[in-house]
Amino acid sequence: MSASNGSIPSPYPAALFSGLWKENPTFRLLIGLCPPLAVTSAVKPALTMGLSVIFVLVCSNLVVSLMRNLLRPHLRIIMFTVTIATFVTICDLFLKAYTPQMSEVLGAYVPLIIVNCLIIFRAEARASRSGPLISILDGVGMGAGFTIALCILAGVREIVATGRWFDIQVMPKGFVPWLALQMPVGAFITLGLILGLINVMTARKEA
Amino acid sequence: MDRFTALTMGFLSVVLVNNFVFTKFLGTCPYLGVSGRLDRAFGMGLAVTFVTALSGTLTWLVDAYVLMPLHMEITRYICYIVIIAGAVQLVEMYVRKFFPSLYDAFGIFLPLISTNCVILGICLFLDVWGTNNLLEAVVVSTGTGIGFTVAICMMAAIREELILADVPRALQGAPITLITAGLLTLAFMGFAGMIK
Repeated sequence: MSASNGSIPSPYPAALFSGLWKENPTFRLLIGLCPPLAVTSAVKPALTMGLSVIFVLVCSNLVVSLMRNLLRPHLRIIMFTVTIATFVTICDLFLKAYTPQMSEVLGAYVPLIIVNCLIIFRAEARASRSGPLISILDGVGMGAGFTIALCILAGVREIVATGRWFDIQVMPKGFVPWLALQMPVGAFITLGLILGLINVMTARKEA
Repeated sequence: MDRFTALTMGFLSVVLVNNFVFTKFLGTCPYLGVSGRLDRAFGMGLAVTFVTALSGTLTWLVDAYVLMPLHMEITRYICYIVIIAGAVQLVEMYVRKFFPSLYDAFGIFLPLISTNCVILGICLFLDVWGTNNLLEAVVVSTGTGIGFTVAICMMAAIREELILADVPRALQGAPITLITAGLLTLAFMGFAGMIK
């Protein structure tokens, strides 16, 4: 019996790793696109945003998973959003207290985590259907995938727009910064081109 | 500047200059998800306009007359989200009763309006911008909804034509939509500085 059990792949690693690439929320599923576009003009705010989302996602996944038997169909979404709103309030107050500058830069985008489709989607698709441990792993994986996507996008935009990365000069002296990438236009076009690049890469892999 | 001019300016500002979709990236999910067909986009825009107008006004009232006097600002986000969810529920019941075909066309997107960033966005930005009278709150939140409708309808009209265009294979689907969105944003940057 135990031998046949061993051949069934454990759901735990899959829950943790699927968010990193196979179901990467930003690059693959295209959900929760507001922060990837809005806070990625530099790496630092992007990283802060990513960590905040990991915190909120893990906590809300845990709570939703624990109360999954109490959910009623038509009240589901409001239960999710109230849970998420609670954790976002905690996160917002924490940022305001310990990194007031970063809180200023992120502004209204921290409370807007409440309506990030990614978190509600995970609550709906995973946490309301599975146990606490799997929900936490899923939250960590999805959050990490989201953070990585944010940092890639922010990295490209910061380097091209200012020639710096994480406030360190990386481009040679003669580099002419292309400021357009730091404006809203740059956000859309960079993400579009990265998605195109991913399409090319996956098409080549399959061919 | 008299009151009427101020209100008109505020309205134009949120529709064109500070359009939430183009300058703040709010509501990008339905903007990219529902914008395949013009009629559907228009219906979605109207539903969102109604909910933003309703919830923007209600949250402003609750903020000014309940939360501020009682010093309960800490529960602000939770109150906002409950008000928005209530308003969406109202719209959902109305659409299901009077426009059943539209209701079927929307599917999951209708309940998801409550998680549309535009709506929570306007409630938060009313506070950030320091809106201090009710009329202004009503006008600005209605304008935001109309701005969203303008954006999503333009996008839908372009995408209907885009089906016929010869797009490189790697860019088909989401990438070209995002790049189109970027170009639209670039066009709307022309309005920047029109109103200060």
